[in-house]
Amino acid sequence: MNVIELDDVWKFYGDFPALRQISLRVEAGSCLALLGRNGAGKTTLLRILAGLSREGRGRVRVLGGSPRRQQARASIGVLGHGLSLYDELSALENLTLFGRLYNLKEPLRRARQWLERTGLSSVANARVRDFSRGMRQRLAIARAFLHEPELLLLDEPFTALDDLAVGVLQDLLRQARNEGRTTVISTHQVREALELASDVALLVRGRLAFQGERTGEMLEDPGWLYRRYGEAA
Amino acid sequence: MRAPAGERAIDGEVGLRDGGRRPSGWLRASLTVVVKDLRAELRTKEALNASLAFSIVVLLLFSFAFEPSVEETRALGGGLLWLVFAFAGVLILNRSFARELPNDCLDGLLASPLSPAALYAGKAVANFLLLMAVELVGLAVFGVFYNAAWTGRFWPLMGVVAMGTWAMTAVGTLFSALTVNLRLRELMLPLLVYPLLVPALLAAIQLTGPLALGQPFASDMIVWLRLLAAFDVIFTALALALIDAVLVG
Repeated sequence: MNVIELDDVWKFYGDFPALRQISLRVEAGSCLALLGRNGAGKTTLLRILAGLSREGRGRVRVLGGSPRRQQARASIGVLGHGLSLYDELSALENLTLFGRLYNLKEPLRRARQWLERTGLSSVANARVRDFSRGMRQRLAIARAFLHEPELLLLDEPFTALDDLAVGVLQDLLRQARNEGRTTVISTHQVREALELASDVALLVRGRLAFQGERTGEMLEDPGWLYRRYGEAA
Repeated sequence: MRAPAGERAIDGEVGLRDGGRRPSGWLRASLTVVVKDLRAELRTKEALNASLAFSIVVLLLFSFAFEPSVEETRALGGGLLWLVFAFAGVLILNRSFARELPNDCLDGLLASPLSPAALYAGKAVANFLLLMAVELVGLAVFGVFYNAAWTGRFWPLMGVVAMGTWAMTAVGTLFSALTVNLRLRELMLPLLVYPLLVPALLAAIQLTGPLALGQPFASDMIVWLRLLAAFDVIFTALALALIDAVLVG
């Protein structure tokens, strides 16, 4: 069964088509690496899948219906560019806030567990404004995974991460895959994404240039996909 | 398809894990937003300090500049108070959704199961409470410097102030969401909100004038009270209906 189904999806910013005729299927339990150069439409596509933006044309189904349904949003974990953390709140307060918004039974206990898992227990009560970029990123990872989402949408998750945070994220993503959760990772860091991915999609100027299983050839030479299906294609 | 462990079907859709979640509650979600907004504002005091300082300074300057008599205070009191409340209010309302801009926090809220209507309601209530606090301080300053016995009709006055303040927050919170991504939002919000607020402000001014001086509630004031109540109900309903389209473009 497909967790994501896109049929002939277009998105316009004014007259400019940011996405053109995207048709895509993502099977439950798979990990899709969404690749493409700057401005290819990766973030726009992820925002539509997360229900943060509406498609201009076409049909979008996520977890069996519109991504704007409350039930779908409760089962999607989103990690975007902005991290979605409040600087004036502590790490614990941030996670507890989102735990409450996701209707978790014990938001405080869950928040403490995730601070432990991401190595932030010692700064649980420190304000986020005092955190380094890497610590913020780890906290944002905890926020995205806090409610054990069925579908993870990660936009450039490896950007600005230190070695520790990359390790934490890779472990969590491997665990998510083992548990049968579906993941979509949009990234420029092709090698990290391909190591985790079961499937690959390449966007070129808003069009889906390639979608298929990740092959050994892609892993050996991460630039191969761009050369074969990229700008020149 | 690989069947994930612990999967359960809901309404025939792809199985969604429970994840230790409680049944959702619109009121509880709104309350969470109220607490978050008040906590954030009380820690930074960005809007509260500016709004308080503006209210106190205008009331003091007006008092020293014109030294109004009792008759003049009776004629101008309601208008002066609501002029101050309206301008001070925009300082708080401007921050309401702008607070969500750093780190794309609005995306985090909209991606969660929180409904846009619950988000709107939570933000409107937080704005209402902050504005009421500023207005209480303004009324106290008004009482001292204009020799007005505003506590004589305390509860009727509070009722009118609350209704007028809700009118401002119902409209202002919606337009705060609408203008949040504009570069000139500080300019655009008052330009959009004040013309819409004219009927509510007129009613609030007519009702507040006598009550702020401790005079009784006259029977001819009921028309203004009805206008204010209708404004509150209509614009709250409109805002709740429109907020989803405003927030998710």
